Amino acid sequence: MRSHWLSIAPSRSYSVRTDVIEFVDVDVRVPGPVGELTLLTGVSAKLTEQRIAVIGGNGGGKSTLARLTNGLIGASSGSVIVEGLNVAEEAPKVRRKVGFVFTNPLSQLVMPTAAEDIALSLRRTIKDKKARSARTSEILEEFGLGHRADTSVHALSGGQQQLLALAGVLACDPAIVVADEPTTLLDLRNSRAVAERLFSLEQQLVLVTHDLDLAGRCDRALVIESGRVIFDGAATEAVDFYRASVSP
Amino acid sequence: MRRSLPIGLHIPGDTVLHRLSPGPKLSALMVLSIAIVASPGPIVPVIAFVLAVIVARWVGISRRALIDTLRPLALVMAVAVSYQLWAQGWPKAVEVLATVLGLVVAASIVTATTAMDEMLDAIVRWLGPFRRFGVNPDVVALTFSLMLTSIPTVFTIFGETRDAAVARGMGRSPRATLSPAAVRVVAHAYSTGDALHARGITDPECD
Repeated sequence: MRSHWLSIAPSRSYSVRTDVIEFVDVDVRVPGPVGELTLLTGVSAKLTEQRIAVIGGNGGGKSTLARLTNGLIGASSGSVIVEGLNVAEEAPKVRRKVGFVFTNPLSQLVMPTAAEDIALSLRRTIKDKKARSARTSEILEEFGLGHRADTSVHALSGGQQQLLALAGVLACDPAIVVADEPTTLLDLRNSRAVAERLFSLEQQLVLVTHDLDLAGRCDRALVIESGRVIFDGAATEAVDFYRASVSP
Repeated sequence: MRRSLPIGLHIPGDTVLHRLSPGPKLSALMVLSIAIVASPGPIVPVIAFVLAVIVARWVGISRRALIDTLRPLALVMAVAVSYQLWAQGWPKAVEVLATVLGLVVAASIVTATTAMDEMLDAIVRWLGPFRRFGVNPDVVALTFSLMLTSIPTVFTIFGETRDAAVARGMGRSPRATLSPAAVRVVAHAYSTGDALHARGITDPECD
């Protein structure tokens, strides 16, 4: 089993990655009140960088793009390929590779206590109960939550909940982490703590965010508006483009 | 932040009940339930309730947690006990009250002394023979644990929705509380499903 997620290295830039997410002329349409609603249209991009930000206005299609990467939503046409696997055809295998962090951690924490939630993620890979328990403790310590192991997930602070959600995702040992606005509900201190944790990962990171400072730290950024990618390039340029596009 | 209910919450400890595997505890709970319901009169239910409270305190459930566990039953029990008092007299009213409260406290003891991981393992073990009939024990076990963990979440959602209704001056309107709360509960169920899906927990084994 890989254990690269445990190494919390300082923020650094990567130039070559083997993990690849590829969108090939992807459209996403869903039934709407009147006819079909187009959430994404004509999206093509090959994501090979270590950290990719997805920015844009509310309702533009950012979360839809993120959800495509592990089959939470399917493409109406076109295809999404993750490490050579077509998401539409091999979703379970893709989900093993792609960890997903939701905006609201409480949606993601499904067990009563912090330790039990991590143990749930480990059930598939560690069958032995004692080994699972030991690994759970290690993970909680690694995330600074060791002293909260037996605390109800509802009693944790927002930052602790989001760190626990991230720990639960990483316990599944994904190659890629997709985070959908993971800092939106957090105060500044917790937001920074979660962001630093995300940026210290060795996994490829796809970060959907409204925090343009965070987006600017990525290697590449996509700006999405009205279901289309309207800018795709270096993160700092993308942030400048987006700022300019929303300026009065 | 609204306090969450302790139902389903594991309280670590080193009592005999903590060391016991889930099977005997669930069996004992079943036997106790049958005994209480089957026994005529209020004496057995009252004794069972008192014993359950003593055991609950012994295994580490705080007085506050016990009150939080039982408080949501207050309205229903008030109606039920009033009806029994009017229809069949005080012995029946006491019997109904002690039966319900005793069983809730007893169930809380089982969940408080059993880590969810142990419960999942036990359910998966028990249902193993049913794999040949197409039953997926992991999914059944997960469903069971989700049911337990959803109870406090549902109470929290109802509490928040009621607070929102009060803030808008509609605290007495059931419509302003029940409809949005029901919608939020369904939304929570969807997001929980998404979260399980995203973690691949319910996916079939694949390499």
